[in-house]
Amino acid sequence: MTDNAAIQFKNVNYSAGGTHILKDITGVFVKGKITTLVGPSGAGKTTLFKLCNGLIPPDSGEIYLHDKHIDSYDPVKLRLGVGLALQDATMIRGSVRNNLALPMELQGKQLAEEHANELMEVVDLDKQLLDQDAKEISGGQRQRLSIARTLVNNPEILLLDEITSSLDRVSKKDVENLIMKINRDYGTTIIWITHSIHQARTIGDYTWVMMDGSLMESGESGLLDNPENNAVNQFVKGEVE
Amino acid sequence: MSYLTLSFALIFVIIPLVLSKTLHLGLEKDTLVAAIRSIVQLLIVGYLLQYVFDAENILYILLMVLLIIGAATQNARKKGAAIKGITWKLVITFITIEVLTQGILLGLSITPATPQYIIPISGMIVGNSMVLSILFLNRFTSEVETHENETELILSLGGTPKQAIHRQLTDSIKASIIPTIESQKTIGLVQLPGMMSGQIIAGADPVQAVQFQLLILFLVMTSAIITSIMLGYLSYPTLFNQRMQMLVGKNNKV
Ligand SMILES: Nc1ncnc2c1ncn2[C@@H]1O[C@H](COP(=O)(O)OP(=O)(O)O)[C@@H](O)[C@H]1O
Ligand SMILES: [Mg+2]
Repeated sequence: MTDNAAIQFKNVNYSAGGTHILKDITGVFVKGKITTLVGPSGAGKTTLFKLCNGLIPPDSGEIYLHDKHIDSYDPVKLRLGVGLALQDATMIRGSVRNNLALPMELQGKQLAEEHANELMEVVDLDKQLLDQDAKEISGGQRQRLSIARTLVNNPEILLLDEITSSLDRVSKKDVENLIMKINRDYGTTIIWITHSIHQARTIGDYTWVMMDGSLMESGESGLLDNPENNAVNQFVKGEVE
Repeated sequence: MSYLTLSFALIFVIIPLVLSKTLHLGLEKDTLVAAIRSIVQLLIVGYLLQYVFDAENILYILLMVLLIIGAATQNARKKGAAIKGITWKLVITFITIEVLTQGILLGLSITPATPQYIIPISGMIVGNSMVLSILFLNRFTSEVETHENETELILSLGGTPKQAIHRQLTDSIKASIIPTIESQKTIGLVQLPGMMSGQIIAGADPVQAVQFQLLILFLVMTSAIITSIMLGYLSYPTLFNQRMQMLVGKNNKV
């Protein structure tokens, strides 16, 4: 199992602000596959992503990336390889173009005009928006921009945190298709946090269910049809929020 | 001025006391404490300075300067409690400012190397540097807090701590220096600077007093900019660890 692991957790714990947020997480995200990650708000999903991208260190336990300990990577290289699109889609001061070009600029490079146009097209954003103030675009447009920005570095692993939460049904489908295409074409490992059990079931090859800081169940996404654990079953049936 | 004439000055302490009492402002105690403290503190400084001036010993001058720097550090450090080792960062900044300004003043013989010049100028420059440090630390702490998501975003995209904090750093440096620049624009129009007024009252030629004041203003300008920049570049690395992870805000353990 380990040699096809993109990311592997071994007994990982994390706490902050006096709260035990992640409790003894052990599990695998399979290389080249789409894993969906579901669980009630506050389950620790976003925190788990920050650990994968190296934004925060675990208090105990080990994290491996492609079978190498996460600490053995240079932090910048690690983050270039593990792209993270956070749920709040934070923008820096400046235009849409400034935001799209940010990953390149951080590497001391420039984002070519064609590349910028191409990225905008990929996430279905109008090129006209490029010179608008990033503060002025809508929530849905911000989420698309955030996805495009994460794609700039061509990461081998993509961590997507509720990136379709502000999108309408059609746009949601578009983004889902885009991510599945990236996964197919480049073999990019996708880990996708979603609030929609339906989305988790249809998009995912594999699924993790987290509750209250623990990994309750994981396996092929079919597990969502018939969870073994009672609490997970209630959550999946929409009885726990 | 004799102590007798100075004692008449106590009238100006009695007026606020009486007003506070009649209007029930409740400021009597604070006014009294402030008056007594200023009398005691300034008299001590006065006699101390007289002693140092008479002794003409370089060691005493050095001691006075260190005292000034110590007091300034003590005052400013509370504002930077979130920054590791802030005490030493302040001390290094103040010493740099002191060495630089006195180096130029004495090196180019702009002022004579006597305690009468060195000590008051040091007091003014380090005092100003202290105010700048407080302005900078206040602003920087709040900028870091407000823009935590942007810092995190830049780090997550493979940016370095310096890139991730750059905007907050430059904004805070700018914001802390602006009051100095603004106050210098209107100087002399409304209020004469305290030192210049003092010199004129003591009988100095106004033009000479102005020349001296200009010198101080330019020193203040330089030390203001250097203080904020130095403190900023000494401080920001302590907000991150070797793995380029933010140590403050959300990720704080406590
Ligand atoms: N710095 C922090 N201090 C205290 N509690 C935190 C901190 N960060 C996250 N939490 C708490 O940890 C839990 C998990 O947060 P998060 O990972 O964002 O969950 P999710 O993404 O699953 O909604 C939440 O209850 C949240 O309030
Ligand atoms: Mg979350």
